[in-house]
Amino acid sequence: MAEPKPVIEFEHVNKIYSNGVVGLKDIELTIMPGEFVVVVGLSGAGKSTLMRAVNRLHDISTGDIRIDGESITKARGKQLLHIRRKIGMIFQNFNLVKRATVLKNVLTGRVGYYPTWKMLFGLFSAEDKQRAYEALQTVELEDKVYTRADQLSGGQQQRVSIARALTQSPRIILADEPIASLDPQTTKRVMDDLRRINQELGITVLINLHNVELALEYGTRIVGIRAGEKVFDGPVADADAATMAQIYTGQEEG
Amino acid sequence: MSFPKRAFPWQKWVMTAVMVLGLIWSAFITDAHIGKFFENFGEFTKIFIDMCHPDWAYTPYVFGPMVETIKMAVIGTLIGSLLAFPYALLVARNIVTNKVVVGLFRFILNIVRTVPDLMLAALFVAVVGIGPVAGVITLAIFTFGMVGKLFYEAVETIDPGPLEAVRAAGAGKLEIIRFAVFPQIANYFVSYVLYAFEINVRASTVLGYLGAGGIGVYLQQALSMFRYDRVGLMVLVIFIVVLAIDYVSGKTREALL
Repeated sequence: MAEPKPVIEFEHVNKIYSNGVVGLKDIELTIMPGEFVVVVGLSGAGKSTLMRAVNRLHDISTGDIRIDGESITKARGKQLLHIRRKIGMIFQNFNLVKRATVLKNVLTGRVGYYPTWKMLFGLFSAEDKQRAYEALQTVELEDKVYTRADQLSGGQQQRVSIARALTQSPRIILADEPIASLDPQTTKRVMDDLRRINQELGITVLINLHNVELALEYGTRIVGIRAGEKVFDGPVADADAATMAQIYTGQEEG
Repeated sequence: MSFPKRAFPWQKWVMTAVMVLGLIWSAFITDAHIGKFFENFGEFTKIFIDMCHPDWAYTPYVFGPMVETIKMAVIGTLIGSLLAFPYALLVARNIVTNKVVVGLFRFILNIVRTVPDLMLAALFVAVVGIGPVAGVITLAIFTFGMVGKLFYEAVETIDPGPLEAVRAAGAGKLEIIRFAVFPQIANYFVSYVLYAFEINVRASTVLGYLGAGGIGVYLQQALSMFRYDRVGLMVLVIFIVVLAIDYVSGKTREALL
């Protein structure tokens, strides 16, 4: 059997903002298919920048990022859009169109698969509507298909946004602080959904979290970021209290 | 400890004095004395009494021009709004990030907005001749300027989150506009178009005065013939129609927002 190929590769990635602030510093990272990687670190350490570098919502300054072996850094036009559609993303603030129905929101996950003119008329195929419905079934919100997004609770909105990402048929799901604005119960619900997607559908998950307990509970691998630098990378088993403290404070404990 | 004394706001008082003096002075140099209004008050009451006895027999002749006025307003509003929609996206800073493009097209929009509608009407009556076409063109340009500004301001207040989400899904610029921008602003747009229509119905009655079609033409004729009974009738009809349109459009807009 052939050796599995990495799904995300960072090679000497640097990001320097136009105001001189260093976002990412020489990041090397290789993620294999099916991993559940949790990025931890302080606010402003560069976790969100790292996420947005993967699907190039933010451009990097130097280095290369490859998705399934294909460089997204060098991709142009259509090619970039086609790589992006392989990467689903969920956000801290859900980023749903609040005035639109759940179905319309979930279907937007599909836009990358259509020619522009078809999309201007909103012509989604019956097959894709079915796909959207199945994604809603996965997060157990199929009874909300025609509900307006702003009628849902925060936790439900986040699960709709997971369904939107799933409808993309992605290889990877990026989750940028997905539970930061949710209460503990809905947090568990959302994290369980992500774990199920990871284990049952084999979709690679790259998520950044504030909460260390959750990181250790759900992750298979921890990546620690401090001041734009990768300071830890290893399986959850290796991430003991001292290691975590070091990621957050930069000091050895005891 | 004594309560701290506030410094006397010299600047505020000086500015107020300058403005009040300026107002009085401008009244004098423009010869606008309140006395003049009362001097001719007798004439005014005479006309007013005439207008209070509308020439009902003239009613059938008023309907045609009134409908023409409304038609002008509808077509003018429609053309102006349809042009304003793509233009507003072009000058919204959160859609087009190129500062030069935004700056240039905003400058053009501002110029369009500074031209008074009466001047546009006078111009187009001269260009395309007396009739409703001049009125429609005037209203279209007037609407374009007004709705264009209201609309790009609405676009700039939308939530950027959905734009980022749709972009992350692999959407191009037009698809982002279609799925993340449009659903957020569609209601505002309809509301502003109705608002423009309300204004245009009122404006188009006056435009006719310059020969740009509609009831204004008849109003001008009646006035120049001193037929205040007919003027009274037309004012009444305009009043009822404008009131009805404002009411319906106002209720619709309330329901939309």
